[in-house]
Amino acid sequence: MHKTLDRITRRTALALAFGAACFAQNAAAQAAKYGPGASATEIKLGQTMPYSGPASAYGTIGKVEQAYFKMINDNGGINGRKVNLISLDDGYSPPKAVEQVRRLVEQDEVLALFQTLGTPSNSAIHKYVNAKKVPHLLLATGATKWGDPQNNPWTMGFNLSYQSEGQIYAKWLLKNKPDAKIAILYQNDDFGKDVLKGVKDGLGAAGAKMIVKEATYEVTDPTIDSQILTLQSSGADTFIDITTPKFGAQAVRKAFDSGWKPLHLLNNVSASIGSVLVPAGVEKAVGAITVAYYKDQNDPQWKDDPAMLEWRAFMGRYYREGDPKDQSNLYGYLAAQIMTQILKQCGNDLTRENVMRQAANLKQFKLPLLLPGMALSTGPTDFFPVKQAQLQKFTGTQWQLFGELMNTDAR
Amino acid sequence: MASLDRRKLVGVVLLVVLACVLPFVVGNYRVFQFTLVLAYSIALLGLNMLTGYNGQISLGHGAFYAIGAYGAAILMDKAGFPYWATIPIAGAICFVAGFLFGLPALRLEGLYLALATFSLGVAMPQILKHEALAKWTGGSQGIVIVKPDPPAWSGLSQDQWLYFFTLAWVVVLFVFGWNLLRGRIGRAMVAIRDQPIAAQAMGVNTSLVKSLTFGVSALYTGIAGAIGAIVIQFVAPDSFTIFLSITLLVGVVIGGLASIWGAFFGAVFIQFIPNIADEISKAAPWAIYGVVLIAFMYVMPTGVAGFLRLVRSRIARRRGA
Repeated sequence: MHKTLDRITRRTALALAFGAACFAQNAAAQAAKYGPGASATEIKLGQTMPYSGPASAYGTIGKVEQAYFKMINDNGGINGRKVNLISLDDGYSPPKAVEQVRRLVEQDEVLALFQTLGTPSNSAIHKYVNAKKVPHLLLATGATKWGDPQNNPWTMGFNLSYQSEGQIYAKWLLKNKPDAKIAILYQNDDFGKDVLKGVKDGLGAAGAKMIVKEATYEVTDPTIDSQILTLQSSGADTFIDITTPKFGAQAVRKAFDSGWKPLHLLNNVSASIGSVLVPAGVEKAVGAITVAYYKDQNDPQWKDDPAMLEWRAFMGRYYREGDPKDQSNLYGYLAAQIMTQILKQCGNDLTRENVMRQAANLKQFKLPLLLPGMALSTGPTDFFPVKQAQLQKFTGTQWQLFGELMNTDAR
Repeated sequence: MASLDRRKLVGVVLLVVLACVLPFVVGNYRVFQFTLVLAYSIALLGLNMLTGYNGQISLGHGAFYAIGAYGAAILMDKAGFPYWATIPIAGAICFVAGFLFGLPALRLEGLYLALATFSLGVAMPQILKHEALAKWTGGSQGIVIVKPDPPAWSGLSQDQWLYFFTLAWVVVLFVFGWNLLRGRIGRAMVAIRDQPIAAQAMGVNTSLVKSLTFGVSALYTGIAGAIGAIVIQFVAPDSFTIFLSITLLVGVVIGGLASIWGAFFGAVFIQFIPNIADEISKAAPWAIYGVVLIAFMYVMPTGVAGFLRLVRSRIARRRGA
């Protein structure tokens, strides 16, 4: 008797357990929603990178991101799903980018595009991805036009936008040097005008008085010496330098050699020590100021920072061939961390709509490799994840942070 | 010689039928790729007239491709032209540009001409970025083009429609090119390539034929550029670097110099081989490309078209024996 009862209970228990398991599975199956490129086991992302061509130095960003997702997958993936980042070469050529992105969307059927690099390539695919309603996330370019949810609700940038950067210089000047006489040099294209607009917006009404001279140059110009001399003769004591690396180096050198020696605000595009300041002569760049929003692995103050140690361990384990001195490798790691967060937030609803909704739903998301105190936020009308930055000054050997974290308007 | 024999005619009809069926059996992305192949084949036929038939080497045809592309883009974007109307205009602009460039180029032979055209190709992206033109060209940011919609009666997708639109131009331009190259002018072009003095002695107006060849060649390439721009929906200076010019020359040589059909093979090569190379190695895609290129040159020294000709004649000989 006792035995029968025991058997019955065991059988019932088994049946119950089986039923419960079925139910759980059913519930999971009901809850999980999959768009193209997502399944119970995999999330497919796509990107184009300049592995060849004039910008191939940035190709390392794609490699470090693939390495990052390999690490994520080794640790069980995101909500149990492995991330498969398909990274294709576009040679920094816009037509090639269009072709490769069409392949990613139509043939590989990726869930979302992630960190497609370069303003020209992204301009080329901008319309297409928005027509196809494919999330086009965390683009690796600083143009302000990527944050336009009204007209392009499927595109969201990552970098501190050029206009935000300009605003930060303006705000800092208004506060710390309100009687500055400002001379501005900018590259005569969308990039230069983007930063310039930020500066002017930031200065506001005071701008008309403070800006004493503007000069432009073309990317095709051999030198900018005459522009520097014009700016110098205007009597300005502050120099906002909106240039790309080659011209940045020339400006640093000429502004020093000509005896002008103004307060030099050098835009971030040209803030590389290796490719701009060293060629110009580091002693000529002492005191130059630029912005930063993530930690610089070459800055000794972060030497024992836990996040930096973690990053170094990752580099040693998953991306040994990458150069640990190259900032791009930290940048790509950061972007991949944000993408991971977006996918985590998606839970089991992996549709393109939800990916976009979650990308626009970052709430005070903190990452230890960003500067202390920084947090990323986005919203349905705010497609600029990075809106804070801090200024740093060149000491002759490295950039040194100073002052406090600065906020910009949502742009 | 002046007309196709029956077997060839059947072959051509079969090819056209195949080309018409293709967009219905593959996806839109592939259709898009094949549309680019067709556009490239037009450019390659144009360059082949100049290089293959007339013996003038051009390392700057990417510039004419760019002029055609920008011509179409600016007409659509700034002047509101419908896309189909921009093609002949872009072609005409390039014809004039090519003819004018061909005049001074008459004084240059062989490698010197190659260098002169090279300079045109290198300069083009910077010219397009220049401040004075930025109002129309959009500077380094380029111009975004609206993708044309197919007419409602066709029932085709946008990509299929563009494919057939391009195919129609291919047919027109290849028939025209075939007539031109097989006729009096084509013979004059070849004669100038092989025996310029003899050609002159025979009464061929060498300079006129050479400049005209340059013009027609640029016209073909410009039309290809215009179609390419509409298909890609975007033009920017970075799209037309010197690498494009070199790619076109590679296509002509791989396809087969002085061969009309070679243009198709060359176009398939320049469209697909870089992708395959990228699949094989992310670290050094162009090294793989180079290896494939060398392999092709080694196995098919007269290009794909020349190789096929060789195979056909071997088979015919065996049959005969």
